[in-house]
Amino acid sequence: MSNTAPTDAGDRYVAVQATPEFQALRKKFRGFVFPTTIFFLAWYFLYVFLSIFAQGFMNTFLFGKITIGLILGVLQFVTTFGITFIYARWANTKLDPAADAVGAQLDGMKGH
Amino acid sequence: MTALPAYALAATTTVGNPTLNIAIFVTFVVITLGVVIKVASGKKTAEQYYTAGGAFSGRQNGIAIAGDYLSAASFLGIAGSIALQGMDGFLYSIGFLVAWLVALLLVAEPLRNTGRFTMADVLAYRLRQRPIRIAVSVSVLCVSLFYLLAQMAGAGGLVSLLLGVSGETAQNLVIAVVGAVMVTYVLIGGMKGTTWVQIIKAVLLISAAAIMTVWVLGKYGFSLSDVFTGAIDKAKASKNPATAKAAENLLHYGTKYGKTDLAKIDFISLSMALVLGTAGLPHVLQRFYTVPTARAARKSVEWAIWLIGGFYLLTLVIGFGAGALVGPDAINAAPGKQNSAAPMLAFNLGGSWMLGIVSGIAFATILAVVAGLTITASATFAHDLYKEVFKRGQSTQEQEVKMARIAAIGIGLVAIFGGMLAKSQNIAFLVALAFAVAASANLPTIVYSLFWKGFNTRGALWSIYGGLISSIGLIIFSPVVSGKAADPKTGLSPSMVTNAAIDFHWFPLDNPGLVSIPLAFFLGWLGSKLSKEHNAQKYAEMEVRSLTGHGVGPALDH
Repeated sequence: MSNTAPTDAGDRYVAVQATPEFQALRKKFRGFVFPTTIFFLAWYFLYVFLSIFAQGFMNTFLFGKITIGLILGVLQFVTTFGITFIYARWANTKLDPAADAVGAQLDGMKGH
Repeated sequence: MTALPAYALAATTTVGNPTLNIAIFVTFVVITLGVVIKVASGKKTAEQYYTAGGAFSGRQNGIAIAGDYLSAASFLGIAGSIALQGMDGFLYSIGFLVAWLVALLLVAEPLRNTGRFTMADVLAYRLRQRPIRIAVSVSVLCVSLFYLLAQMAGAGGLVSLLLGVSGETAQNLVIAVVGAVMVTYVLIGGMKGTTWVQIIKAVLLISAAAIMTVWVLGKYGFSLSDVFTGAIDKAKASKNPATAKAAENLLHYGTKYGKTDLAKIDFISLSMALVLGTAGLPHVLQRFYTVPTARAARKSVEWAIWLIGGFYLLTLVIGFGAGALVGPDAINAAPGKQNSAAPMLAFNLGGSWMLGIVSGIAFATILAVVAGLTITASATFAHDLYKEVFKRGQSTQEQEVKMARIAAIGIGLVAIFGGMLAKSQNIAFLVALAFAVAASANLPTIVYSLFWKGFNTRGALWSIYGGLISSIGLIIFSPVVSGKAADPKTGLSPSMVTNAAIDFHWFPLDNPGLVSIPLAFFLGWLGSKLSKEHNAQKYAEMEVRSLTGHGVGPALDH
C-alpha cells in the first residue's frame, strides 16, 4: 500500500523525523515503554523462577490456606492491571498531545 | 504440551441431559447466525471483509479480543488443571495474561498506525515486499493451522463429554458441523460478523464464569481460604491413595513442574513462549485493524486485559470449587477427565440447565475462536499471497475478496478433515506450539521492524524462517512427538506417536521456545548486520507514522 508513496511525501517524513519535536516524542515513548517492558518481564520471570526453584518459600502459609505463592501470583495480576491503567492514562494525557503536535506539523508541510 | 490437555475420548457415561445441551448450543448458533446475517448487509470490499472497515469501537474490540483469546482450552483446560493439580494450573493463566502487556506497550498502537489489512503490511513496510510477504504468510498459515487443528480436535473430544455421544461417526459429524458453521459465519459476515460472534461469546462465557464463581464462594461464606480447605478435604477423602496423599500439595507450586531439572527448564521454555507468543499470534494482531485508530487499539487492549485477567481470576475459584464440590475422583471418572471439571461443577451447582448452558458456551467458544483464525488465515492468503505476491498488487477488490472466500472454504475443509484425523491423537501440544512459533517467527521481526533502524530484509527472512524451522523442527524431535515412556496400564506412549518402540527424539524438552526464541532474535540481528540494505526514507516514514498515526485510514492513504 505504501510502496508507491511519492518522493515529496517521503521527504516530508525524513524532515519531520529530524525535528527536535519528533525526537522528543520518540524519546518520551521509548522512555516509558522500554523500562516498563523490562520491569514486567523481569518480574514475571522472577515469579516463574521462584515457583519452580524456591518452592519452599512459595509454599509457606501466610494466613489460613493462603500461601506466599498465591499472593505473589495475584500480585502479577495486580501489576498487570496497574501497568495497563498507568500506561493508558499516561498515553492519553502525555503522549497523545505530543503526537498530535507532530502530526499537525506534517499536515502543515503538505500545503506546498 | 501438558498444560492444555487433549480432550480424552473415553466416554462411557455422562451427566445432565444431552438433548438440552444440544438445544442450547443450537440456540446459540441460530441467534449468532441471525446477528451475522443482519450485520452483513451489502457488498464487501476487501477492507470490510478483513477488518470490518476498522469501524468497531475500542470497547467492542476489547470484548471481541477476549472472545478470540479465551479458548475452550482456557476455560475447560485451566479450570480442570487447577482442580486436579492446584496452583500449577494457575501458573499458566498468569503467563497468558502478562503476555498482553507486550501487546499493549510495544505492538498494538504502532501496528495499527503502520498497517491496514494484515500483519505482513507492517513487516513488509520498509523491507522488500515479495520475499517478506511470502515468509510471513508461511508463518501465519502455520500458526493458524496448528491452533485451528487443536481447536477442531477439541470440538470432537468435547462431544463425548458434553453430549454423551462417543462414537467415531458422531464425533466426525460434530467436527463437520462446527467447521461448516464457522465457514458460514466467515463467508456471510466477514470480519464484522465474526467480531459480533466473538463479542456475544465473550459476554456469555465471562458471565457464566462469574455466576459460577459467586455461587461457589457463596457456598463457602465468601472465603477463598475455605474453598481451598474444601478442595483439600475432598482430595484427602479420595479413594485413590496417591490423590489423598497429595491433597496438601494442591496449594503448592511445583507438583508438576518442580520434580526434575528437565521439567523445570521445560516450564521456563513454556513460560517464554506464552509471554512472548500472544503478541505474535496473527488472529490477535488482526483484531487491532478492526478499530479506526491507534488510540482505539490502545483502548481495545485495556479492555481485553481487564476482561482476560478477570476471567483467569474466576477460573482459580472455579477450579478449586470443582475440586471441593465435585472432587478429583468424580472428575477423573468422567469422560474427558480434567476437562470435565468445569461442566461437572456447573451440574453440581445448578443441575442440568446450568450444565447445558456451560456446555453450550464451551461449544460456542470453539466456534468463535476457529472463525477468527479462519478469517485471519484467509486474509493472509488473499491479500499477501494472492494480491501482493502472485498478482504483484494488480488485482481488483472483487478478485481479492473472492480469493479470500475461496481460501476460507479451503481452510474450513482442511480444519474439518484435519480435525477428524487429529481427534484421536495426542495433539494438545499444538496450542503451545502455535504460541512458540508465534514467539519465534513473528514477534522478533515485529519488534525489530518497529523499533530497530538497522533491521532489513535479510534479517527479517533469517529471523522468520529461523524461528519457524527451529521451533517446528525441535518439536518433531522432542518427546511430545515420540519417545515418552509408555503408560504401564495401556502400553501406549503419551507422545503423538503412541507406539513406544518408535523413538526418534533427541531434543529433551517439550517446549522449543527456550532455544528458538533467542535464536530468532539472534538471526534477525546477524542477518541485518550482514546486509547493507537500508531505506532511510521508508524508515523515516514508518517511524513517524507509527508514533503519530499520520496517514492512517483510506483518506490519507497515498
